[in-house]
Formats: sequence, structure tokens, C-alpha cells
Amino acid sequence: MSTETRKLDRVVIRFAGDSGDGMQLTGDRFTSEAAAFGNDLATQPNFPAEIRAPQGTLPGVSSFQLHFADYDILTPGDRPDVLVAMNPAALKANVVDLPDGGILIVNTDEFSKRNLTKVGYDSNPLEDDSLERFQVHKVAMATLTIGALEETGLGKKDAERAKNMFALGLLSWMYHRPTEGTERFLREKFAKKPDIAEANVLAFRAGFYYGETTEAFAVTYEVAPAKLNVGTYRQITGNTATAYGIVAAAQLSKLPVVLGTYPITPASDILHELSKHKNFDITTVQAEDEIAGIGIALGASYGGAIGVTSTSGPGIALKSETIGLGVMTELPLLVIDVQRGGPSTGLPTKTEQADLLQAMFGRNGESPVPIVAPQSPSDCFDAVVDATRIALKYRTPVLFLSDGAIANGSEPWMIPDVETLPDLTVEFATDPENFQPYSRDPETLARPWAVPGTPGLQHRIGGLEKQDITGNISYDPENHDKMVRLRQAKIDGIEVPDVVVDDPDGNAKVLVVGWGSSYGPIGAAARRVRKLGLPVAHAHLRHLNPFPKNLGDVLKSYEKVIVPEMNLGQLALLLRAKYLVDAVSYTKVQGLPFKAEELQDVLADVIKGVSA
Amino acid sequence: MTAIDIGLPGLTGVPTTDEKQTARDYKSDQEVRWCPGCGDYIVLNTMQSFLPSLGLKRENIVFVSGIGCSSRFPYYMNTYGMHSIHGRAPAIATGLAVARPDLSVWVVTGDGDALSIGGNHLIHTLRRNVNLKILLFNNRIYGLTKGQYSPTSEPGKVTKSTPIGSVDHPFNPVSLALGAEASFVGRALDSDKAGLTSVLRQAAEHRGSALVEIYQNCPIFNDGAFDVLKDADEAQRRIIHVVDGEPIRFGREGEYCVIREGFGLAVAKSADVDASDIVVHDASDLNLSFALSRLSTQDLTHTVTGVFRRADRATYDDGVRAQVDDAKAAKAADLSKLLHGKDTWTVVG
Repeated sequence: MSTETRKLDRVVIRFAGDSGDGMQLTGDRFTSEAAAFGNDLATQPNFPAEIRAPQGTLPGVSSFQLHFADYDILTPGDRPDVLVAMNPAALKANVVDLPDGGILIVNTDEFSKRNLTKVGYDSNPLEDDSLERFQVHKVAMATLTIGALEETGLGKKDAERAKNMFALGLLSWMYHRPTEGTERFLREKFAKKPDIAEANVLAFRAGFYYGETTEAFAVTYEVAPAKLNVGTYRQITGNTATAYGIVAAAQLSKLPVVLGTYPITPASDILHELSKHKNFDITTVQAEDEIAGIGIALGASYGGAIGVTSTSGPGIALKSETIGLGVMTELPLLVIDVQRGGPSTGLPTKTEQADLLQAMFGRNGESPVPIVAPQSPSDCFDAVVDATRIALKYRTPVLFLSDGAIANGSEPWMIPDVETLPDLTVEFATDPENFQPYSRDPETLARPWAVPGTPGLQHRIGGLEKQDITGNISYDPENHDKMVRLRQAKIDGIEVPDVVVDDPDGNAKVLVVGWGSSYGPIGAAARRVRKLGLPVAHAHLRHLNPFPKNLGDVLKSYEKVIVPEMNLGQLALLLRAKYLVDAVSYTKVQGLPFKAEELQDVLADVIKGVSA
Repeated sequence: MTAIDIGLPGLTGVPTTDEKQTARDYKSDQEVRWCPGCGDYIVLNTMQSFLPSLGLKRENIVFVSGIGCSSRFPYYMNTYGMHSIHGRAPAIATGLAVARPDLSVWVVTGDGDALSIGGNHLIHTLRRNVNLKILLFNNRIYGLTKGQYSPTSEPGKVTKSTPIGSVDHPFNPVSLALGAEASFVGRALDSDKAGLTSVLRQAAEHRGSALVEIYQNCPIFNDGAFDVLKDADEAQRRIIHVVDGEPIRFGREGEYCVIREGFGLAVAKSADVDASDIVVHDASDLNLSFALSRLSTQDLTHTVTGVFRRADRATYDDGVRAQVDDAKAAKAADLSKLLHGKDTWTVVG
């Protein structure tokens, strides 16, 4: 039997297994293969908060979803076209997302009675008719892997561990993926254990040959390279792009960076990444707690470095008082919040964008801070460079709101020419003549950055209210009123680019406004409804405080404004309050990104309602 | 090797000046606003008199404080200063010290600020041995909030928040600091200018964290807390002043001494013991330092002053700077190369 090859424009694959099964690595490798082949892609890992939940249980399921296509895509995909399930738990947890007719590849070796019972299967779904609406491929991956590695002399247990590479090999064959990169990767990864490297390569090949030689698979698929803009690309996650943006900001400002931070999911990878780049004059301090982390950052800023702290929502709560001190002392400070499900400990490994109002208002007193939010993994780079620009130029803490989906998701990134990056250099105060610690630049309203060690500029700052200009302690009512308004005016006056509206036909009556990681699903949904002949405009906000100057006019030029958010309507609240616009909220807080499909339906309903 | 031989290691990297300085140079133009009779005045004057002797450039000295009466200190020093938030001064000072090896960084804090709300930062700063000097003004009361008991108040203390007496057990700050692996711990009385100056000097010279506990009188909410140590006769019997390398004797004629007892130390009459049994202070011996700290009791029957511990230990800020310097020397800062990473692909038109 010859194998038929079908051409597809896009495919979504989800690898799912036990958290010890190496699903993240498998997904990463398939992603690299897709990138090397020239597809556009987007990925979304999904893993439990527990490091190793009991084996074979539902809480222990880890998955990695990959969307690759021959055109520019915006999301990791709503539903998988192909589900690889390494055990019954992975099947049970993920099969609900597989559409009818979807391809299901199952590792049958794990479907023992015991494992089935563990996740509440009364009968084996591989033997009853419960999976009949899918194209099911039952493959004894562990057995086949062990068989393939028999001659290596590797113990059964070690051999069995390579079954994820068997799965990767099989999928690589099914989708005509290049394989050299994975083999090279495995040899490098296990360079110190050549026998393990060889075993993984053999398992990978065994999976590939299994597809090729058995007649179980009648069809293979091709997804042609995407026509992306001309340039050099790499794959990047949001946390890596954030860390690289900080490195770039250090270079562009010619200042050292001091990161004061405390480990917290899903932000820790920023610390891990930055700790590798000390050669860029980057110091990372793992502090005793969240408060010390930001204290160290602020102390470093006071000393003339770029102080950075990275955390998630619970950490922001702890850092609030120090952010307030940064507002009062008017020092540059970059505060990174990789948002996760809340409140409290909430959903540490899941995504949410419910810290907007905390960032905006979560401090005592009138304590305004600029807020910048990236819209995709690679966008973190530019967004964090811009956040640093604001911090340095306006001498203020800046809140950077990433989220779990962006942090761990990845996509291709066209690597910028470093010569084109903005100049972030700032001048320290040096002239003792008429020096006043709280005098202001007439344009930016920033006060001088007068760092210790500068002769003649000795002065004292602190959290007590400052007298205008002199910075001395002042309890004067008029002065306090003036200073509160000055601090607000400084933030309100920050220069941010106008928001750009995506309305290809220019005739939309409905505007969808989003911020942060919902860019992908909103953008994809907008494309879909336009294809249905329903015009819609999309505006996505990077700057949430201050808002772009044209935002009010943009909002008022549409009949209807809809705001999808992974919270209960926080941006909608701000827009309604500031612009008196009747923005409609669409909200979901499941710890998961929006699906393009659901937003498509929401947008279509709103558009039809307006047209009717 | 003493600190002097290696040129004040605590101040290595801090630029000096040949210009003659006086205490007046260190007074800021701000009016000092502590209550009349507050011990803080004496400490401030002592500090302003002491600093000129270090010969540092004034602009390279920074005072960082938290919240409380003593934390107003930076406003009155004509140096750089930050009056920060409650308990966090050690963290902020750590960031500053890490970023700037050319600064002499001092933290001013109180018993509530350092030991209650900021306890975590204090112990971790001492553990890391960041090169900064922490002056802990201990008046055994919350002053700025008008008189609640503090983590160093005695059990049974009647205050506004404990009308029938506190049931809290107090910290011994020196024991706490030693338990946190502090490399330098000293204690002095606010009223003892010479003793305080001596401890401050040794703290400044020491490379690493130095904790100096200063018994400080609050005339409003805890007046006379340390009076028994200020009465000339009582002080003779109660204050055990220790000097590194010297036998520990006290009293007007040295009639009391410290001897070993079990796992700890005890006070004895010198006449009753063999001279060879009198403990010789060794500030590098942590066990001895800790045992000495336990001789000080909350009721001030005995109070040890001087430098309990002074030991050389790698400092955190020197360590992280060395790693950054090594990395810079080993690898050029090539941003473009970093951004490209290992796996790239090129789309051509």
C-alpha cells in the first residue's frame, strides 16, 4: 500500500503525557523542526503546578500544543487536530478537546487495568466504542522502543524512557519534518551520556521507520513553509524575550542592571535567563523574599543602575509598598508581573490577566505608575525595552504585565538589527550649581537622577511627602495637593505611541479592544469574522497607563466597543470610566487563553446585532 | 593581620579626601526634631564627630533608614541618604552596596524596624555578609507610634497596647545576629561616646555586615530603661566591656571576671578564681561570642559591651561583583550574538 500525502495549510498537534514523560521536550523539538522547515508557529505548554504529581493521575498530566502553518498565525490553536496520548490520564484530560474526525495516537502500553482505574475509566476506551468518532492509532510505543533499543544493552527502564522520542519520530514522519536537527540536538543534550544520546536517537528513528514501514498510517501530511517577512528568525518564549529585552536595555542605556527577585511561577525563568548574562553587566540577586527583591532593585536604582524586579501577582501584592516608595522618591524601577490565575496562590501555572487593576491602583494614596503589556511572546522584547525607556526617562516605577501564556508560549521572532534599537541613555545630575533634588524637567516633569558619589549633590530622599523643588520633608496641605497632582501629571504626560487600529476594509462599526496575550485569539477571531463578511476593527493596547492619546477618539468612532479579557472586565472598567464609552465586556477566567473560535462567535453576534 | 594592616578593608574602594573635615561638615541644614533628651541626639553627635576621622569623601557616604524615630537620622546627616519604608532598609542598602562598591553604606534602624517588621531582611543581610554597617537603636519601645511594647521589651511590660503587661518574650539582638552568622557584632550605650566611637570605628573598618546595637533612651515612652547602666556605681558591677585578646575583667578594680561554666560563661569574683581561668576574649570565636551574648540579661544584671565578634568572611557584594567582572573579562557583551542564539533560520524574498 502506498501512502497518500495530503497538503494542509495548518495543523495543531498536542502531545500529552505524564509530567515525567518528557512531553515539553518532545513539543519543543517538534517546534524546532517546524521552525527549521520554515513554518509559522505558536506553542502553548500546559503543565501542572506539582513538580511530579503521582504518576499516571489526572493532576500529573503535562501537555504541549503546537500550531504550525504555511501562513502567519496568531495563536497556538484552539483545538488539536492530532492528539498524542501517552497514558490513560493524558487521554482522559485531553480527548474532550479533540474534534470529531481528529487523529488520536495512543501509547497502548500504559492502558493497564490499574492505570485505567486510577483515572476513573470503568472500561478500556481503546476497546469500547467511546473513541469511534476519531481516527485512532494504537501504538505500543514503550514496547516498540524497548525492542528498538534491545541491542544497546540499556536497561528496560532506561530504554522505556525514550518512548517520547519514538512518538516524536512517528509524528515527524507523518508531517514530513526534517530530522537532522533533532538528532543533532539529542547528541548535544546528552553529550556526557553517549549511550543515552544514542538510545534517544534510535528511538526517534524507530518511530520514524515505524510510520514508514507499517501500513497503519494511510496518509501523511505536508504543511508548506510560510511566507514570512524577509529576515533572520529564531524561536523565542516570552520570558526569554523579556530577559533579552532587559539585556538590550542595559546596552542601550549603557547602565548596569541589578535584578532583585524571588523565585515564583511563572516568572522564575527571567531570573534564570538573566543570571547567565553577567557579561552584559547584569547582576542578579535572589533575595530572601519578594519585598527584599524590589528593595534591592530600588536601592540599585538609587545608586544609578537599572533596578529590575520580576514576579507574579502574589509578589506584586508584597511589593506594593516599595513601588509606592519608588513613586515618592521618583526613581526608575522596572517591575515585571508575569500574571497567573488568582486571587491568592490561585492557579500558579495557568494564565490570567487579572492584575491590571492591582497594577493600576494597588497601592496606598494617589500612586500612579505607567503600565506596559506585551501582546505575544516575541513582543516582550520591544515592550520591555519601551518600559525601561519610560522608567529611565520619567524616573518612575513601571509595571510590565506579561502573563503565563506569553511567558511560556513561543513563536518565531524576527531578530532585530541592534543598530535600529532606540537610544535609552540618560544623564545623571552633576552640577551643584542651584541643584534641587525635586526640581523638574519642564518637558517630562522628571526630577534629576542624582546618584550618591556625585560631589556637591548630597541630599536626602524618602517616603515622607516632599516639598516641591527642595525635596525637604513637608506636611504643608497646599504642597501635598500640588505634589499629588505633579506626580499624576508626570505619568499622564508620558509619551506613548498612538494605538493603531486594524480595520482592513475601513467600514467596521464594531471595535474589539484587547490588551496583553489575548492579541492572538482576538486577531485570529477578527480575521475569521471578516472572512464571513462581517467587518470588525481591532485595537490592541500596549500602553494601559497612560492610554494612547488617540484612544478616546478611536473608541468614539465606533458604534459598539467590545472588550474581551481573561478577568471580569478590568480594562472595560477603565475605558468606561475614562472615556464614558459603553464598552461591552466579554470575560473568561478559566486559566486558559481564549479560543479564536469562541471569540469569533462573540464578535459575530455583536456585529450582527449592530447591523440589524 | 589586623584591620589596620590591610588598610581598613571595610572601606576599600571608597574614595578618600585630604580635605580636613569636622563634625560641622556632617550636619545637614535640617532642624533636628527628636524629643528633648532623646538618646538619638547623642548618637547623631557621636556619628558626626566620628566620620571626619575616616577621611572619606562625604558624597560617598550614604545613610539608609527604615521607619521609626531613629530612622529620621539620614535627614540630619549632610551625606546622601534615604529614609525608606518600615523594615526594608537592609534590603535597599543591599541593592545599593551591590551596585556601588565606592560607597560607605550605613543602615540606621530601631528595635521595631529591624527586629519586628524587618526581621527577615536583617538576618539575611547578616547571613550574606553584605558590606554595610547597621546601627540598631534599641530603646525597647515603639516611640513614633507613641508607646507600644517592642520585640526587645521585657515580659510584663505595661504599655498602651499591653495594659495588663506584655506576654511576649524578647529577642536578645546580639544573640540573634550571631545566630544569623553575622561577621561583626558590637554593642554600646548611647551615653558612652568613647565606647560607641570605638565600636563604630571597628565596624567601619570591618569588611562585611556589621551590626551595632546601641542602647538608647526614649525619654517619653520608656524613660530610664538603661539608667542602671548609666549610674557610675551600678555600671561598674553590670557592664562587662570586652576587648579582643584581653582577659575579660570588669568592676572598678577589675574585681569581677568571666569564666567558663558548662557550655557557657559565668561571672565570678576575680579573687575567687585562678587568673588562668579568666576567659580571654577572642572575637573570631563564634561560640565564645555567643556565650558572651548570653551573659547579657534583659534585666541588665550584666550587659556586655564592645565588639563580640569580628571575623573575616567572604562578603556577598564582593562575590557577585567578582562573578560579573569575571564574566565580562571572559566574554564580550555582544548583544546581536545573544539575540541570535544557536538556532536561527532566514527567510529570503
